[in-house]
Amino acid sequence: MNSKFQNAALSTALALIGVGLFFLLWLALNRFAPDLPTPTSTWQGARIYIVEPFAYRGEQDQGLLSLTSKSLILVAKGYFIALLIGAPIGFCLGLSKNFTRTFDPIVQVLRPVSPLAWFPLGMVLFLGTGGQALEYGALFTIAVCAMWPTVLNTAVGVRAIPQDYLNVGRVLRLSKTKMLFKIMVPATLPYMFTGFRLSLGIAWLVIVAVEMLTGKVGIGQFIQDAYMNANYGNIIVGILTIGIVGYILDRLMSVVEARFKTA
Amino acid sequence: MSHFLELSQLHKTFPTPKGPLTVVKDFNLKFRKGEFIALIGHSGCGKSTVLSMVAGLEDVSRGGIVLTGKEVTSAGPDRGVVFQAPCLLPWFTAFENVMLGVDQVYYTASKLERRQIAEYYLSLVGLADAMHKRPAELSQGMRQRCGIARAFALSPKMLLLDEPFGMLDNLTKMELQDVLLDLWQRDQKTALMVTHDVDEALYLADRVVMMTDGPEATVGDILEIPFPRPRNRRELLENPEYYRLREYLIHFLNERSHHRPAPSIPPAATPAPDSGIKRFFNSLSVV
Repeated sequence: MNSKFQNAALSTALALIGVGLFFLLWLALNRFAPDLPTPTSTWQGARIYIVEPFAYRGEQDQGLLSLTSKSLILVAKGYFIALLIGAPIGFCLGLSKNFTRTFDPIVQVLRPVSPLAWFPLGMVLFLGTGGQALEYGALFTIAVCAMWPTVLNTAVGVRAIPQDYLNVGRVLRLSKTKMLFKIMVPATLPYMFTGFRLSLGIAWLVIVAVEMLTGKVGIGQFIQDAYMNANYGNIIVGILTIGIVGYILDRLMSVVEARFKTA
Repeated sequence: MSHFLELSQLHKTFPTPKGPLTVVKDFNLKFRKGEFIALIGHSGCGKSTVLSMVAGLEDVSRGGIVLTGKEVTSAGPDRGVVFQAPCLLPWFTAFENVMLGVDQVYYTASKLERRQIAEYYLSLVGLADAMHKRPAELSQGMRQRCGIARAFALSPKMLLLDEPFGMLDNLTKMELQDVLLDLWQRDQKTALMVTHDVDEALYLADRVVMMTDGPEATVGDILEIPFPRPRNRRELLENPEYYRLREYLIHFLNERSHHRPAPSIPPAATPAPDSGIKRFFNSLSVV
């Protein structure tokens, strides 16, 4: 009990030292890059966005959390599209050798493509929708970039289903549907959730690029705006916000993932 | 007379990088209805392969398996399998694991009736209080109890047990052997059990089939176990006949299992001929 407490105290202390070193590095960098705002001037410039996180002073001028929530909504939409498409593709890859032979090369070629490259194609795809093209193009980009970890992890998970579980299903002569939902999906879930967590990380990574390209209001566009208006401190505030939100999302997904691991 | 289950000229060949390997060759065995057969042999001799073929989980390379007049071609719930690692699905509770099969077999019964069937078998194996726990919360022995309940709840034509107690400690093993015997006597199921435990085979089986070592494993010898049922473990252990049969089985595993079968000699019919040296001493004492 005591050692547990000591351990926690040590962790906190070391983490605080890490933060302190970060600020020292920042101050040191200020000497070399005179245009880089100091921690104090950054705080002064960004104060209004932080202390009034939900303020709405106009479309382009909102509190940080208000902007973040806009980004999160867009990410959530794209992310769910990614899961809905990615998980079934992963299942097919895991189940069928011929499906893998047919589509794995395409998957491997498309996987490393940057969101910056996908976005113009997304726009072209949805040009016919007129005013909605930006929104659909953005969702397309998030979905396409974020689905790969889900695809690959699901495929690995399906291949790793123990033969014993499948034998249970064969002895009981389960129907294809029951086999899928009572045995294969639950057996694959731990792998799928690893994929889901990684996919969420990528979706959140892509949002900044997408907002910069589309000009859609959000945390990524906040950074772009800060750069354009020479409020350089806000760039740093935007980066920290993205990082913290990404970290929280990852922790949340880890909790869910761990729950399924034991099942 | 047609038999309940007949394995004839059973062959199993696996492809290997060095060409096909015949694991089981010319395996012939006939089951009477309600009979409990134990299949013993050294590990890796192919006894589990025979069981998997009867279960329909492995293809038969040559020969045939006929169960109540019908050829076995695939797995099905008419053959309840108890696996070595009980193979419970970890995302279901013990009850749900049993229900998965019950729902499948008794699809015409009402939901309530199906629940009652599952609960009945789970109580018979002693899991009444733990049936809503997940496998991870159960001990190894309790999991295997659930595995047994799952197989019996299917109301199968026959039971296939693949070293079901191989992973248990001795005390739990004896408990579960009694649970199994109890259920088996209630339902009078024909059963095939793979084991390498000689005492287990003697206690449970009507006949013990000894398999020769692989590759090309086959039936080496068959021993009828004459003990009346219901059997009592303590009485059995006090019976000299038990030790004679035990000796016979162990002798087979140690000496004879390495060769393809010679024509089998009925045990105890003729006492083993005395060795030369013994005859020599005997003759001395007579003089």
